[in-house]
Amino acid sequence: MSTSDLSQSKQNIVVVGNGMVGHHFVEQLSQFDGYNITVLSAESRLAYDRVHLSEYFSGKTADDLALTTPENYQQLGVNFELDAKVTQIDKAAKTVTTESGDTFSYDKLVLATGSYAFVPPIPGKDREHCLVYRTIDDLDAIQASANTGKVGVVVGGGLLGLEAANALKELGLDTHVVEFAPQLMGVQLDQAGGLLLKNKIESLGVTVHTEKATNVIVDGDDCVHKMEFADGSHLETDLILFSAGIRPYDNLAREFDLTLGERGGIVVNNQCQTSDDDIYAIGECALWNNFIYGLVAPGYSMAKVAASHIIGGEDKFTGADMSTKLKLMGVEVGSIGDAHAKTAGAQCYTYQNDRDNVYKKMVVSQDGKTLLGAVLVGDTSEYDALLQYALNGIELPENPDALILPSSGEKPTLGVDSLPDTATICSCLNVTKGDIIAAVDAGATDVGTIKSDTKATTGCGGCAALLKTVADNEFAKRGLEVKKDICSHFVYSRTELFHIVKAEKIKTFDELVSKHGKGMGCEICKPAVASILASVYNDYILEDDHLHLQDTNDTYLGNMQKDGTYSVVPRMPGGEVTPDKLIVIGEVAKEYNLYTKVTGGQRIDLFGARVEQLPAIWKRLIDAGMETGHAYGKSLRTVKSCVGSTWCRYGVQDSMSMAIFLEERYKGLRSPHKIKFAVSGCTRECAEAQSKDIGVIATENGWNLYVSGNGGMKPRHGDLFATDLDDATLIKYIDRYLMFYVRTADRLQRTSVWLENLEGGLEYMQKVVKDDHLGINDELENQMDAVVATYQCEWKTTVDSPEKLKRFRQFVNSDKQDVNIQFVDEREQIRPATLTEKAEQGLLIDTVNITEVEPA
Amino acid sequence: MMTELNSTSSTSSTSSKSSNWQTLCQKDDLVKYSGVCALLNDEQQVAIFLIDDDNALTISNWDPAGKANVLYRGLIGDDNGEVFVASPLYKERFSLTSGRCLDDDSLSVTTYQTRIEQGQVQVRV
Ligand SMILES: Cc1cc2nc3c(=O)[nH]c(=O)nc-3n(C[C@H](O)[C@H](O)[C@H](O)COP(=O)(O)OP(=O)(O)OC[C@H]3O[C@@H](n4cnc5c(N)ncnc54)[C@H](O)[C@@H]3O)c2cc1C
Ligand code: HEM
Ligand code: SF4
Ligand code: SF4
Repeated sequence: MSTSDLSQSKQNIVVVGNGMVGHHFVEQLSQFDGYNITVLSAESRLAYDRVHLSEYFSGKTADDLALTTPENYQQLGVNFELDAKVTQIDKAAKTVTTESGDTFSYDKLVLATGSYAFVPPIPGKDREHCLVYRTIDDLDAIQASANTGKVGVVVGGGLLGLEAANALKELGLDTHVVEFAPQLMGVQLDQAGGLLLKNKIESLGVTVHTEKATNVIVDGDDCVHKMEFADGSHLETDLILFSAGIRPYDNLAREFDLTLGERGGIVVNNQCQTSDDDIYAIGECALWNNFIYGLVAPGYSMAKVAASHIIGGEDKFTGADMSTKLKLMGVEVGSIGDAHAKTAGAQCYTYQNDRDNVYKKMVVSQDGKTLLGAVLVGDTSEYDALLQYALNGIELPENPDALILPSSGEKPTLGVDSLPDTATICSCLNVTKGDIIAAVDAGATDVGTIKSDTKATTGCGGCAALLKTVADNEFAKRGLEVKKDICSHFVYSRTELFHIVKAEKIKTFDELVSKHGKGMGCEICKPAVASILASVYNDYILEDDHLHLQDTNDTYLGNMQKDGTYSVVPRMPGGEVTPDKLIVIGEVAKEYNLYTKVTGGQRIDLFGARVEQLPAIWKRLIDAGMETGHAYGKSLRTVKSCVGSTWCRYGVQDSMSMAIFLEERYKGLRSPHKIKFAVSGCTRECAEAQSKDIGVIATENGWNLYVSGNGGMKPRHGDLFATDLDDATLIKYIDRYLMFYVRTADRLQRTSVWLENLEGGLEYMQKVVKDDHLGINDELENQMDAVVATYQCEWKTTVDSPEKLKRFRQFVNSDKQDVNIQFVDEREQIRPATLTEKAEQGLLIDTVNITEVEPA
Repeated sequence: MMTELNSTSSTSSTSSKSSNWQTLCQKDDLVKYSGVCALLNDEQQVAIFLIDDDNALTISNWDPAGKANVLYRGLIGDDNGEVFVASPLYKERFSLTSGRCLDDDSLSVTTYQTRIEQGQVQVRV
């Protein structure tokens, strides 16, 4: 080769195919001078994000999915041709020719032709409405077809097939999956995992047929097609989607004599070169070590290796990990390494919980020391830790099964310190722990900087939590303080701001930001300060000075739902309600056609109220003696209770009266996050008080107080704080505990997390509350008394104020309604129309607004 | 309902060539540091924010992330001086001056030139 005298003239690099991998290659190589890159794409658009293709149905446009733009390629100096399918390679002359006859000469040729969906040779497969799921054009065809049909079938129950099934379901079709094998996701899951997944998916309304081989597709009686199966049964459907695997686009290699694998795929070496040194193959068309990788991350690695080899670098492709974690129709599924325990001597631990539909399996080596693989269905919270064990060969703890058992006491945690520097943290972009350390060494002092320096988390985003843990650990090691500033407008934490507000008697946000902060504030600090001001002064939250600080839920005194309507929740202390009030609620719901549901907090939610209807609705409720339930606020929600000794044959105290008293006392208390209480009338604990921020359980002698329990995302059992309290002491303790929380917690920190992070924890709080360790108990109680004394029903104040009611107009200059709010009936009540349903009614506001855009 | 919307929308784009100021409401209708919603040409929803005592900024009311007409009910604030509204649904922030989404490059909203003349709030159409 005479590369030396070529140095002035640029090398011609021709890339065939502009899928995700071809594009990644272009991005890599265009960073270097000396190359004239030409991209030839068979599709009519430049590269787009195939991994997130399904989001096309949930509203993303082709532009949203695009990975690049013509302008961007021009800027990079990359030539490209669209609709330019390459049909010939002349290896001797080093040229390629497209379908339309254009010829391009190359010094290096890169084949990134990807793959196509395999359609099994079933008679009838080419009928109309038989489609595949691979390109944006395919999705357009599916959408069009779904509009005319009612039933859809996906042939193939693998990862992609299930994703496609979800899309059909979202498009409103009665959806079926037909799988030839006895189980779903046979590649990633074992039999038990596949069975559980099947149950879960069926409970979501998709019918799964396993062990069905389709013989022929013919005209249907009720639907477009009838699929006849080998076992004599049949299924009628309007749309068939084939998702029976992928096949590499290796036709060019086949016709022009590059070495292929036995079952297809262009054979490449560790540098991604084909049998012709000047031709590379990368991505899903390439066969490395007799294997085709059907995922994007290995493709990206190949793109990097090929680019590196062209510029004279030494990167090598050495295989890739195929572990996956994903959510299929809301069901979490994870598969790591040797999921089928094929390694000799491998041993398995399984955990199966049929009630919660969770299945977990670990495959460990014969000596029990290393993790070879895992299957997780229904709960993938251990995926990250398990993957690190498997990838880095970290020695397993003595009882490895503790890693997948529900936490009963101590769960061995994988300290990030035990990860080697080579551990991959972000597998999409291949960022290692070492890369993160390097970024910190280079001066990064927050997670944001690390993300932009290393690009970690910018792929699927699944590694965000792990990245933060690793980063925080590195910061801590270097003595860097983990920044607690609430946002860029204040260099103070919430607790510090609370002290400033109290000490300087600051009454408005404007005063606080002008004295102690900068700028206008933002969506983080404004509601936090509003909450602090409310805890300290308890003013009406829609005062002019406070109005602009509130989240929409507080501004409109209702919870905003996904379509912009609000819910209406009157308070029902202890879940007690008179028949007369219940009738009024029913009448209001009927008159305004509101969706009605009993909540988890023992009260009634009315959904679907338009902003302009709220005042009239609330006036009716208030006139009937009800008041706001603060369901919208970071404040006390409900005090759940059982009927206790009054009715229950086991009850030992009057839990109803206590619950009502507590709810009346603390209603309206603004706090860093929502607060929930419960009171049970005996140790049978029917009100589930131990899962609440404040839990009270009756004993023969009084009340036991539990604190900082939590349901929700991260359940926590409450801690027993004090026993056998009389009524007065119970109230005192709760006053002090809550007010101390209100003063010292971070923004949006529930009592559970707050207590866990508090230095000294439960014992410290017991000293503060019971022994007055800090000498502030009088102050805490006085402050609570002040809040209680200044309570007002915000809705009553609002409906009495014509000025405030002006806010509850949809349009300041019209009485029209928001046409995008549309309901359909379901189970005799309303529900919001889905995007598809709106589209069917010709109502896609999106396009109306977008087409009006004039370039700014 | 929709057919009506579409037909009027085409008239509006022809009239936009003349580039007039259209009065949407009175300054008293606005709320300081907060938003209200108005109809432009009696059909397009716009969100108008009074960002200090005298200045208002206007964007389209449609939240392209949450897919609902709610932006006027968001909180406003600034990010290094760039004034934005945070969507009340999923908190994406949209610049009130450029329409750009600060959290997702692929999203944006329309902005409208806005002025307050003798107590009347006007946008350029
Ligand atoms: C719905 C869906 C979901 C997915 N989800 C995931 C996921 O969650 N995680 C993951 O890792 N992977 C996922 N994948 C797989 C991932 O998208 C692929 O691994 C990746 O796109 C492969 O990139 P590629 O560039 O090799 O091939 P492609 O993206 O297929 O690109 C090849 C391009 O080359 C063009 N081409 C072919 N022949 C020629 C020719 N002769 N001349 C010119 N152009 C040609 C093709 O038209 C195509 O545009 C998913 C795939 C699909 C379809
Ligand atoms: C004679 C015995 C009991 C009767 C008749 C009874 C009856 C009921 C009824 C009618 C409900 C309401 C169901 C609904 O919401 O539709 C209920 C809920 C409940 N019961 Fe019982 N129950 C009894 C004993 C218990 C015991 C001993 C416990 C606890 C160990 C318990 C725990 C619960 C719980 C947790 C709920 C759910 C509360 C909620 O909706 O949040 N029950 N019970
Ligand atoms: S907690 Fe005790 S008192 Fe209350 S309902 Fe259950 S059994 Fe009865
Ligand atoms: S769990 Fe809570 S946040 Fe999630 S869908 Fe239900 S109501 Fe909404």
